[in-house]
Amino acid sequence: MARHFQFPLVRTVGFDGALVTFADTMSETANRAALAFRSEVDRLQWVEVTESSASLGSAFVRFDTQRVSHQQMLRKLEDLVGQKDWYTTPLPTGRRLWRVPTVYGTDLAPQLDDAAAAAGLTPEDAIRRLGQSRVRVLTIGFAPGQPYLGPLAPEFNIPRLQNLTPMVPEGALVLAISQFVLFSGPTPTGWRHVGQTNFRCFRPDVTETFPLRPGDELLFEPATREELEHIRANNNDGAGGATCEEITQ
Amino acid sequence: MTLIVRSIGPACTIQDQGRSGYLDQGLSRSGAADTLALHEGAALLRQSPELAALEMAGMGGEFEATQNMRIALTGARMQASIDGSPVVWNASHHLDAGQRLAIGAALQGNYGYLHLGGGIDSEVFLGSRSAHLTARIGRSVQQGDRLSCSPDAGDAGLKLTPAERFSGGVLRVVPSFQTPLFDDATLDRFSHTSFYRGARANRMGMHVDSDGDGFAASGQLNILSEVITPGDIQMTGTGDPFILLPECQTTGGYPRIATVLPCDMSRAAQTPAGGAIRFEFVSMDQANELHKAFLSDLARLPAKVEALVRDPHDIPDLLSYQLIGGVISATD
Repeated sequence: MARHFQFPLVRTVGFDGALVTFADTMSETANRAALAFRSEVDRLQWVEVTESSASLGSAFVRFDTQRVSHQQMLRKLEDLVGQKDWYTTPLPTGRRLWRVPTVYGTDLAPQLDDAAAAAGLTPEDAIRRLGQSRVRVLTIGFAPGQPYLGPLAPEFNIPRLQNLTPMVPEGALVLAISQFVLFSGPTPTGWRHVGQTNFRCFRPDVTETFPLRPGDELLFEPATREELEHIRANNNDGAGGATCEEITQ
Repeated sequence: MTLIVRSIGPACTIQDQGRSGYLDQGLSRSGAADTLALHEGAALLRQSPELAALEMAGMGGEFEATQNMRIALTGARMQASIDGSPVVWNASHHLDAGQRLAIGAALQGNYGYLHLGGGIDSEVFLGSRSAHLTARIGRSVQQGDRLSCSPDAGDAGLKLTPAERFSGGVLRVVPSFQTPLFDDATLDRFSHTSFYRGARANRMGMHVDSDGDGFAASGQLNILSEVITPGDIQMTGTGDPFILLPECQTTGGYPRIATVLPCDMSRAAQTPAGGAIRFEFVSMDQANELHKAFLSDLARLPAKVEALVRDPHDIPDLLSYQLIGGVISATD
């Protein structure tokens, strides 16, 4: 299909949603633009907007179709799009760097070898590269508190699987299209399960229910199975042995 | 006031209209799979449709009242009785202290609802009582649980003729932002295909099967993950359609071919396995008209409630009634 879209692009989503898309492929600048635009919509508190969110390259609003027509909503968003260059907006402040102990491969993460082969690497090389990749929370979605992380180097631009893996556990680190997702709960997935952590992204029983924020950065540092088992036995706070520091630069 | 759960089916949860405002944290709305049933129950008990009810997927349970209370039964029709006497579905009833309400398997449709006068008063998390099992919020109702409700007084013995929605049918859809990823031939075939609901279904989504080929989008394994809304019809990697329901993901990479209108979502969720489904594209103008009609139908529900006349077959001790006395001869 031909894609001659002009970005940013404003379109309807289902019956009561609208989407401002800054790019249809993953890019750093489009992700910043989406985050910034969504923050601005949030700040404006338009009465007809019932909910908003940012995805990798888009900002979404759900609106009350009895208060405003689809055309009016789209025009309002187009006007806001035109007010500034959203692509050059800086990242939010107060970001944090998380170091998360991770077991790559083994029966805990059985698709590491497959992912390495798809990336044209040996398993050892894939683990070394992935373990040193400092990735950013691009968006939170799919499941509660669950981050999409990236970008990974171009060799990890591997497609999703044709068929879903029936179930991967909470804390699973999965990979596709130069991104990680760190699963916040057991779920079926079409992404390859390359690492396993004990980090809980959704903690309904503690005050900080959603520990990660868009813009935070993560390093998935290789750990042994024994280390992970020790962490699992002492994981009351749900951090899974992760450390956290402010990003100051 | 409480209702003691003496036995319960495997997939019964407390549901209201769900929680909104947490999409940005990856938390979808949840809420009743058949929101129309929530409105019907509210109309039968003359209370707010915002109140929580017990959603029973496929199978109900047995419940004992600790005090006199009111109940209503809506959604998928299930066999129901109070102390062994059959009671009418789509109706409200008095349940007296010590009486047992038994609700069996769904006879038609998937989700039955048990409403309590005053509404189920369970813990509120992030603004809603809805369980969201996929997000591990709340849990399914278990044997021995007590469903409490707010103080309540009012009438029962009312009935409502429900909107027909328990055997599939035509689901009206609008194009969404990923519809253009499917070529015209695929879209045409999609809107002319006779589907049936597959066996795979839960509160996240339901499989819609057909005998023909799948419905693939171009480059669909490499599409950027994007926002999802309940009602979206998502294609898996093999082009198998799933209609996404209240516990769906908030974003995903599999493309959505269209979105089922809110007014047809109860019908979608209640379609039994094997039930026939077709999709009909409508314009946004038509969708607006349908939605307005849906909202005004919901608003009119309380006015459609009528008194329940007992069916003589449902009266177990019929022979003890004095049926002749008071009858006046036509020739007098």
